[in-house]
Amino acid sequence: MALKIVKGSIDRMFDKNLQDLVRGIRNHKEDEAKYISTCIDEIKQELKQDNIAVKANAVCKLTYLQMLGYDVSWAAFNIVEVMSSSKFTYKRIGYLAASQCFHESTDVIMLTTNQIRKDLSSPNQYDTGVALTGLSCFVTPDLARDLANDIMTLMSHTKPYIRKKAVLIMYKVFLKYPESLRPAFPRLKEKLEDPDPGVQSAAVNVICELARRNPKNYLSLAPLFFKLMTSSTNNWVLIKIIKLFGALTPLEPRLGKKLIEPLTNLIHSTSAMSLLYECVNTVYIDVNTPPLPSLSLSLCLYLSLPPQLCVQKLRILIEDSDQNLKYLGLLAMSKILKTHPKSVQSHKDLILQCLDDKDESIRLRALDLLYGMVSKKNLMEIVKKLMLHVDKAEGTTYRDELLTKIIDICSQSNYQYITNFEWYISILVELTRLEGTRHGHLIASQMLDVAIRVKAIRGFAVAQMATLLDNAHLLTGNMQRMGICEVLYAAAWICGEFSEHLENPMQTLEAMLRPKVATLPGHIQAVYVQNAAKLFATVLKSQEGNTDSTAAQETSQLMIDRLPLFVQSANLEVQERASCILQLVKYIQKLQQKDVEVAEEVSALFAGELNPVAPKAQKKVPVPEGLDLDSWINEPPSESESEDEQPKAIFAKEEPKHSRPRREEVDEKELAKRREARKQEQANNPFYIKASPSSQKVYQEAPGVEHIPVVQIDLSVPLKVPGLPMSDQYVKLEEERRQKERAEKKKKEKKKRKEKRSGRGKKHDSGPESEEDITPAHQVDIVTEEMPEWSIITSYIFIKTKSYCVTVHVCSSRPLADSEKLPVRSHRAAEAPKSPTEDGDATSQEPKKKSSKEKREKKKDKDRDRKVRISTGLFLCLLGNHSHLILVSSGLPGINKCIQKSKLVFCFLPLTKVYDIQGNLQDGSQVVVSVIFENKCDSFLKSMEFNVLDSLNSKLQRPEGSGPHDGLTVPFQLPPGVSNEARFVFTVQSIIMPQKLKGTLTFIVKNEDSSTHEKLDFKLHFTCTSYLITTPCYSDAFAKLLESGDLKCSSVRLEGVNMPFHHLLARICFHHHFSVVERIDSCASMYSRSIQGHHVCLLVKTVSIDAKCDEPTLLGNVLDEIKQTFSQC
Amino acid sequence: MIKAILIFNNHGKPRLIRFYQYFAEDMQQQIIRETFHLVSKRDDNVCNFLEGGSLIGGSDYKLIYRHYATLYFVFCVDSSESELGILDLIQVFVETLDKCFENVCELDLIFHMDKVHYILQEVVMGGMVLETNMNEITTQVDVQNRMEKSEGGLSAAPARAVSAVKNMNLPEIPRNINIGDINIKVPSLSPF
Repeated sequence: MALKIVKGSIDRMFDKNLQDLVRGIRNHKEDEAKYISTCIDEIKQELKQDNIAVKANAVCKLTYLQMLGYDVSWAAFNIVEVMSSSKFTYKRIGYLAASQCFHESTDVIMLTTNQIRKDLSSPNQYDTGVALTGLSCFVTPDLARDLANDIMTLMSHTKPYIRKKAVLIMYKVFLKYPESLRPAFPRLKEKLEDPDPGVQSAAVNVICELARRNPKNYLSLAPLFFKLMTSSTNNWVLIKIIKLFGALTPLEPRLGKKLIEPLTNLIHSTSAMSLLYECVNTVYIDVNTPPLPSLSLSLCLYLSLPPQLCVQKLRILIEDSDQNLKYLGLLAMSKILKTHPKSVQSHKDLILQCLDDKDESIRLRALDLLYGMVSKKNLMEIVKKLMLHVDKAEGTTYRDELLTKIIDICSQSNYQYITNFEWYISILVELTRLEGTRHGHLIASQMLDVAIRVKAIRGFAVAQMATLLDNAHLLTGNMQRMGICEVLYAAAWICGEFSEHLENPMQTLEAMLRPKVATLPGHIQAVYVQNAAKLFATVLKSQEGNTDSTAAQETSQLMIDRLPLFVQSANLEVQERASCILQLVKYIQKLQQKDVEVAEEVSALFAGELNPVAPKAQKKVPVPEGLDLDSWINEPPSESESEDEQPKAIFAKEEPKHSRPRREEVDEKELAKRREARKQEQANNPFYIKASPSSQKVYQEAPGVEHIPVVQIDLSVPLKVPGLPMSDQYVKLEEERRQKERAEKKKKEKKKRKEKRSGRGKKHDSGPESEEDITPAHQVDIVTEEMPEWSIITSYIFIKTKSYCVTVHVCSSRPLADSEKLPVRSHRAAEAPKSPTEDGDATSQEPKKKSSKEKREKKKDKDRDRKVRISTGLFLCLLGNHSHLILVSSGLPGINKCIQKSKLVFCFLPLTKVYDIQGNLQDGSQVVVSVIFENKCDSFLKSMEFNVLDSLNSKLQRPEGSGPHDGLTVPFQLPPGVSNEARFVFTVQSIIMPQKLKGTLTFIVKNEDSSTHEKLDFKLHFTCTSYLITTPCYSDAFAKLLESGDLKCSSVRLEGVNMPFHHLLARICFHHHFSVVERIDSCASMYSRSIQGHHVCLLVKTVSIDAKCDEPTLLGNVLDEIKQTFSQC
Repeated sequence: MIKAILIFNNHGKPRLIRFYQYFAEDMQQQIIRETFHLVSKRDDNVCNFLEGGSLIGGSDYKLIYRHYATLYFVFCVDSSESELGILDLIQVFVETLDKCFENVCELDLIFHMDKVHYILQEVVMGGMVLETNMNEITTQVDVQNRMEKSEGGLSAAPARAVSAVKNMNLPEIPRNINIGDINIKVPSLSPF
């Protein structure tokens, strides 16, 4: 035995150790990979030996190879072996290797539990320390659960070295096993006052991290931290505490007042810059940040700390020669900018100066700040400066950043600061010359937006775009520039749509039909083809006016010659459009040869003006005649919907639900008014949806402006510049224009001086030249009068004025979520996406005018609303907006079999769901099954009878007087190819188990000559999910619910699910009727409620779901179903 | 929280990598490459903070780095860490290395990656700062090294001898190549 050991150690002498390996790799520079692979073979041999020293040496080398990028997970088991060595030296090697390459899905981790537990309780504090360090890197939920207690004991270890490690690792344990937080918290709190500064620091560290996630829960610790802050001398701890207070002060304003003194003391006493910065940052900024800006603002005032003061302090930082301080100063400045833009704006000079800094990090920070400090006056100047930077910039990331910033700055709040759109278009065109940018589409969308909304600019824009198209080869020259060719999309469209402004449409048409175009991406080609047709129409029109008819025919010939290239395109869209247009042109050519005038008719194809429409305009679309939303589509369901029953008030914020009808009431009236107005408008022009005339008020609000004639720039000047324009000249032009204006204005001023000047300068800073003195040269069509207060313009729906209202209505409504199946809301769907919660908030903000009249009307309205809702619930199902609809097809026996084999999914619309908007969870025992019957055969189906074999638990509701086995007649017949929907009400007693009900559908198939009786068997699968109703829940209510302690918990692992986390959430929301309560990174809490009022709470992580519910069986089943959903994907 | 600590040289060769969040090996290498690319093109007299780096990035994260002679020390941290605090921490870490290796240079890191790890483990644990007091750190490291030595005892002696012989025969002996004094004090930052 002894001999064996000696032999082992002699063998070892000739093994490579880590140093030898490193040296070897360095000596084999040219064939490194080969050398390493031989080394790995050696390591594999070494790992097979019994000698633990050899193994440890091998594992140590593997750790090095792992750093070089080699996967060493195959040795995971050997690592565990080395970890369990009794010698500290080897143990340390093992744990190091484990911490470098183990992760949650390493399966050998579960073997380590006992070993780690043993090490944790080792008499040698360094064994324990090494185990703790290692564990902190690879702790899994299982390990956390199993070892939480052991670690908690270690928190009161005699050695501070162990205590501090144990305290720190608790944070990791909390993350993986949140249940441990509650029992461990008192001890953690105790550690804040540990005699050892290291342990104290660790405890502060952990609590700060916890408080970052949920500050509210740690408010109670404020006094303790306050004490620590005044007593501690450890800078690290102080910084953490100050950061913590930064998070707490918004929640508890009184804290801010108390903090001032100790913080000021610190500022004066400390010599550490890091601490000083945090102090300044917290005092001056964190109290200012949301969520309570107004409150903190008043706090600021109360503390007599004007933001100007802190900005001045920051200025000192920024002017410091130390680049780090400069950076941090700018960072802090951007936080202030959010709440007090004005005080930052006065330091524009400094920020602009920073733009010239050699350091990219600092330039990026300064760029961020610029956004908030542009005005009409300085926009051109700032952008000019940025454009210079764009030219100089190296590296695409910074240049892209500049590009997006330029566009952001210019387009912010509806182009508020742009006074000359020709200038802006030129800027955009100049930006297209950037090489290798990814933001082609951004430029393109800006071009489109401006060209459409600023009518006055169209002529200029078209000219510019035509030049772009002509020089398209510059943009598509090499593959690297593919990103930028997106602008051709915009260019082609603008030239086509506004072709009447083109000076030489023929030339542009030719440019658009060049063979080179075929190398562009498909979607751009499609636009080219379509707009070539528009141009063609324009060209024809101009040419037919002339006496020479051959020119027109030549144009047609050009189209016919060039289009076949696109007809061959692999892109379906291009191919389809091209072949369509080609045929059209051929037909036109035929007519031309017969000397028929066609231009009028061709251009009629593309007639109609494009107008921007505000998102809210949807509301104005009248209900088409003949559509009565109040009438029933199907028989009304049984009378069970009394309004009075309220759900149990478990959640604090139920109000939104109740307040919604009120809102509708108001809207109903308003809507009627608007409709009236609209009808009048339409009477004049039946097909026109006009942009409301009041839309241009925005700029006219400023008093005095309307008296100033807008000086028109001589357009011929820029247009004659050959090639692409230079935006710089506009800066000069603009200067001149403004001077002129100013002169004129002065004249007027003199005249008007005696008149009163009320209301002036309220909105803007009045500088030497006040903001509103600068009139824009062009006006943006801004349809804002209907804008909801909270929104900036996010999207526009453009409507060709000719198109019919109803089409718009259907197209523009976004896919409906479950909770939105209401007619009233689908009308408004185009408003803007709003979550139900937000909706509720908005409602509560609305003024509550309640005259007695309205009260009387209220009940009536409610009744009508209810009907509308139900009928539309069905309506939407028919539209196919619900993914769970079943198609029961039938006819031939063969098909029947197929159906029985394939899984049929029935859609359950629990009855309550229809009313859930009204907060009426009123009957917990009913579910409604909506079934869509579709006749897929070519015979006529009639006398359909739907029957289900009732179980003890679930019963089909049959009309009174019928027996328990009678079928229900489906109230319609189905001609071939027609589908219709029927709803069946089931009474369910217990909802905690899923169940399957067998049923049959009998019907008569009627052919021309014969009719046969057919039978179709089916199964109805009542999943537990179908008993859940998506119910929004607020995080505080959610927390209370979890705290209440009457929930049982359970969990499930999601194996092999690799989809993005938000998809995962979306899936759960969609398929299982949950709503997200809160989401932090890749961890989210979700909530749902069953129709019988069970609460189901989920904590979803990427690989597992922890769940709580007051009904364990229900929970188990729901989890099973969720698991199944994910196993199917 | 600290998300990752990377040490690489002026050519981007990794000398120590420590991720506190799981990334597969190839991803780790890609992160190193990208981070090196970002950091290496910056002058020495610019600030020590960097945003971006899509892999390790995310808006809440920042790269904080220091450049000492031939080595870059890069920390990726989220907003719960104080920027200047981390800079000081890097300094503390490097000074500790300097003490433990006696005038540390790149070769020490190359040949004793494991030891550097053990030192780092006393400074940062699981992404959280464990100890900022240099004396405390060196004491703990020393005690553990002594334990290792005493455990080695007789059985380790022959191996050490062989290793010494190997070193003698090779042209490359760490101490002879002075890559540069790593311990460059950073101006204008008061000691932590």
